[in-house]
Amino acid sequence: MKIVACIKRVPATDVQAKVAADAKSLDSAGYQYMTSFYDEIAVEEAIKTKEAKGGDVTILTISSKDATKEVRECIAKGADGGVILVDEDWMNRDCRATAKALASKLTEMGAELVFMGRVATDRDNASVGPMVATYLDWACVTNVVELEVGDGEATAKRETEAGLETVRVTLPAVITCDKGLNEPRYAGLKGIMAAKKKPLEEAACEAADNQAQVLSLVLPPPRAEGRVIGEGADAVPALIDALRNEAQVL
Amino acid sequence: MSTIVVFVEQSGGTARRASLECLGAAHATGSQVVAVLTGEGAAACANTLGAAGASKAVVLTGTESFSPDATAKDVAAVVKDQAAKGFLAAASSTGKDLAPRVAALCDAVLFADCTTLKAEGDSFAVTRPWLAGKAIATCVSSAAVFCATTRPNVFNPVTDGGSVEVMEKPGTVGGKATVVAVETKPAGKLDVQEAPVVVAGGRGMKDAESFAILESLAAAFGGRAAVGASRAVVDAGWRPHSEQVGQTGKVVSPQLYIAVGISGAIQHLAGMRTSGTIVAINKDADAPIFKVADYGIVGDAFEVVPALTEAIQAVVSQS
Ligand SMILES: Cc1cc2nc3c(=O)[nH]c(=O)nc-3n(C[C@H](O)[C@H](O)[C@H](O)COP(=O)(O)OP(=O)(O)OC[C@H]3O[C@@H](n4cnc5c(N)ncnc54)[C@H](O)[C@@H]3O)c2cc1C
Ligand SMILES: Nc1ncnc2c1ncn2[C@@H]1O[C@H](COP(=O)(O)O)[C@@H](O)[C@H]1O
Repeated sequence: MKIVACIKRVPATDVQAKVAADAKSLDSAGYQYMTSFYDEIAVEEAIKTKEAKGGDVTILTISSKDATKEVRECIAKGADGGVILVDEDWMNRDCRATAKALASKLTEMGAELVFMGRVATDRDNASVGPMVATYLDWACVTNVVELEVGDGEATAKRETEAGLETVRVTLPAVITCDKGLNEPRYAGLKGIMAAKKKPLEEAACEAADNQAQVLSLVLPPPRAEGRVIGEGADAVPALIDALRNEAQVL
Repeated sequence: MSTIVVFVEQSGGTARRASLECLGAAHATGSQVVAVLTGEGAAACANTLGAAGASKAVVLTGTESFSPDATAKDVAAVVKDQAAKGFLAAASSTGKDLAPRVAALCDAVLFADCTTLKAEGDSFAVTRPWLAGKAIATCVSSAAVFCATTRPNVFNPVTDGGSVEVMEKPGTVGGKATVVAVETKPAGKLDVQEAPVVVAGGRGMKDAESFAILESLAAAFGGRAAVGASRAVVDAGWRPHSEQVGQTGKVVSPQLYIAVGISGAIQHLAGMRTSGTIVAINKDADAPIFKVADYGIVGDAFEVVPALTEAIQAVVSQS
């Protein structure tokens, strides 16, 4: 089975946001980057599926060439190769333009099962997975916490407000992975050495016809200065009073 | 007047609160609002949506089990039939799953988890979070249909709308993905993203069993509160990941957020800093959580929480 895991290179979760001089984008000077948290879960599930069902796993990303580091790290965990669709302006590519470019590459690769993250922790879209599936006219299950892949079909469980939903799909499919699905492995030394010899293709990404336009970017207003009401259980009556009369939430 | 199509989630004839808020957001732009509903009870629910701001409601009939891809096709067809300029759904699990599909079928970009929506020329503009709310972007789109999801607990539902014209439309049967079972949560258990009050615990709670005191505090709010957790707690296996608040968990904005034994790491703050009122209970007076808290109590959770539970019970039983 041809399995693909899509990953996005995103700013590390502990970065502070700073607005750039254009007042429309982030000032990314000094940022550290990482593979988006949920994409690590997608890579793990792709490799686990290969181990159970056979096939091969390719890591796919749209990014600047700097993503070589992240893609190699994912390959080192047990994937067979990687593809970077090079777009130096990948941070500003909107979810539709990202999904379209991924969908055409996935078709070209002959992908049958695609793993993505529930959400990329930069723009918080949570949209690329179901959009890719729609452009390909494939099945898709989002926020998956349990997965069983059969022959030409799969059963997935996803977390919703109402409870755990069981969804049956026909393959090919896009699965977006949530925390709880697996525990991502670490790459061993052997994997890291092997990854250096595995193919990493770089290809130009199709031009982004972005529809989204950012008019302005601001930092959230700082919260009004709070106060410590007191110490220990003795402070509870004063807290109740503040919640009732000041904040009016009781 | 432009038209916005809103996907309304309902169960057993009652619309989900987050969907009523979404209808409210659409109504407030001055647009004509067309609701789309599916599932058992959809027709009964549709009849109640006039007051909530919908002037038309389309009920998808004949679909037995829910299929997100089939439903997306039906909703996109309504968007087209109504020549709508906008499509909205709540940023719930179902809405966030469905809306990108509808957007793709309209070949439109989607803005997820929006916190404001307004008319802008003959289209719309939204604000939405980046980096889990560390920055806020104002966005417009050049797509023919403006597609967005609205964050729960942010928009106000309308209760004095008008009358609704209900139509039926046969839904698409047999999607590529079908929901075959739902293990429902125990009745009355609220989702952390939808609850007006969240009582969240961190590593300071010491172990899984001690969360019982936070369950009691949540219960004291009379069905309005959910329990949340920090990542440290979820990683330790004390609480399910569905309760994790933060940049790699859920972003919540309840009216009241009570953080107990949570230090306030940047990734946690990203998930709760837009809450209405924040209360922190922590034994370390220097914990960063106090920097975002409106009210803090420095003290031992095991002493403060039971006293707070008793006091809340007294207030709630009076009102
Ligand atoms: C990629 C990445 C993503 C992350 N995403 C998230 C996320 O989504 N959500 C999240 O929460 N974290 C996230 N984190 C983790 C985050 O950095 C912190 O490690 C985590 O939030 C700490 O959890 P905590 O506050 O419960 O524990 P701690 O930081 O250990 O704090 C425990 C607190 O309890 C207090 N305490 C101890 N005993 C008591 C007592 N008896 N009574 C009262 N107070 C007491 C202590 O003073 C302390 O302040 C992420 C980290 C990374 C690297
Ligand atoms: N530039 C990209 N390259 C490869 N995969 C991506 C890219 N952007 C998003 N994805 C995939 O889509 C998922 C959801 O992203 P998003 O919809 O942006 O939150 C991510 O977790 C990735 O698996």
